[in-house]
Amino acid sequence: MRNPQLNQHGELQHLLTLDGLPRDILTAILDTAAPFTEVAEREVKKLPLLRGKSVFNLFFENSTRTRTTFEIAAKRLSADVVNLNINTSSAAKGESLLDTVDNLCAMQADMFVVRHAASGAPMLIAQHLQNTGRDHIHVVNAGDGRHAHPTQGLLDMYTIRHFKQDFTNLTVAIVGDVLHSRVARSQIAALTTLGVPEVRVIGPKTLLPTEVEKLGVRVFHDMHEGLKGVDVVMMLRLQNERMNGALLPTPQEYYKIWGLTAEKLALAKPDAIVMHPGPMNRGVEIDSAVADGAQAVILPQVTFGIAVRMAVMSMLGSH
Amino acid sequence: MKELDAEALCRQLAELIRPHVTPTTALVGIYTGGLWLAERLHAELGIAQPLGAIDVSFYRDDYGSKGLHARPQKTDIPFNVDGAHVILVDDVLYTGRTTRAALNELFDFGRPAAVELAVLVDRGSRELPIAARYCAHPLPQPLPREQNLELQRDDDGHFTLKLTQAKPATR
Repeated sequence: MRNPQLNQHGELQHLLTLDGLPRDILTAILDTAAPFTEVAEREVKKLPLLRGKSVFNLFFENSTRTRTTFEIAAKRLSADVVNLNINTSSAAKGESLLDTVDNLCAMQADMFVVRHAASGAPMLIAQHLQNTGRDHIHVVNAGDGRHAHPTQGLLDMYTIRHFKQDFTNLTVAIVGDVLHSRVARSQIAALTTLGVPEVRVIGPKTLLPTEVEKLGVRVFHDMHEGLKGVDVVMMLRLQNERMNGALLPTPQEYYKIWGLTAEKLALAKPDAIVMHPGPMNRGVEIDSAVADGAQAVILPQVTFGIAVRMAVMSMLGSH
Repeated sequence: MKELDAEALCRQLAELIRPHVTPTTALVGIYTGGLWLAERLHAELGIAQPLGAIDVSFYRDDYGSKGLHARPQKTDIPFNVDGAHVILVDDVLYTGRTTRAALNELFDFGRPAAVELAVLVDRGSRELPIAARYCAHPLPQPLPREQNLELQRDDDGHFTLKLTQAKPATR
């Protein structure tokens, strides 16, 4: 079966997940993003690639950073951007997801950027578009449930490549609430595809998916063991809002065991970088001194996120 | 078409430009051949302003039909464009569409006092009202469409002009 994200020419048709996306496409996105970083320094921060196209930001779940960076990326490509917060609109009145999509297609949408609490919602929209012969409309997954957050994974890869150049000699640790994290799944898929020899996940048993090692990662239940000698530390946010039941003791206790402090970071390589997808819970998963420290690249991640999203949208919009 | 001596044409082009160089003159090379040429001219003419580079991938008018160029490069304009005397440098002038794209991109950096175009070879077949102020070799007859003419640079930095059969469009 054809990869549903690629068209018959092998080009990116939708961006739904990094799992199963070929390495050459991943690399092409990162390569394309590089020249877009320069646009932010121009007097006119705009390129004409998506002139006359309409991008609909379809957010069924709250987000500030992701929605804003998608909006900036689309606007820098000269697209018209429409933001829909579905929490407060038709879905609340009972309209189905695909009815909403059909209505927006009738408004000449060219691209949907979709965030949804249900895993698979962007895929459902992509399949619906294909089944109804609307191949000129593209879908970008901006985070679906616990499944995937591909542009976050891509901007993380861009950040790692920016600071470490080569993937094939790195040890990367992903720390924290992997269970609820679509970001972690996208990171693991991309790191593995790009040839990182050792990906570690570090966290309490209650916050790691069962059989997580089948994703090709080494599992650690001890920060001191897991952080030893790593090149990259990717912290995850503790997703309290997705937790049902008692998976944790108190945030204070979580911080004591799993929080990234300067003392624990000292176990990593001296030039290790610290990443976080945001929003950060300071004093829960990460200490302020580390978050604002010399090894943190958390704000460059945000800036690179715009260029990476421009790359994805311009590659999709070209066919 | 007789064999063209790219090295000799490059020296001629430098001499055509030399009398018009002022302290505000800046060179901007268009990727890839134009940038090689601009690097050479920049050194040869002792231009004071740092050398600029433009990749027109994001400004092409065929993005809608041909998509994005596979590996776009970073555009880099390291001087103040406002009030500058800019000379765009390209290896071969053909339809004029690349020059149009480069002009649009340049103006997103500011308002130059003047923009001129310098090319090694003008192969004819213009589709836009664009002309080179400095041209080392205008071809007397336009080259046939199916032929591709571009500058090449070997490992020693030596220039040649290569004529090839254009690849048929894949889609």
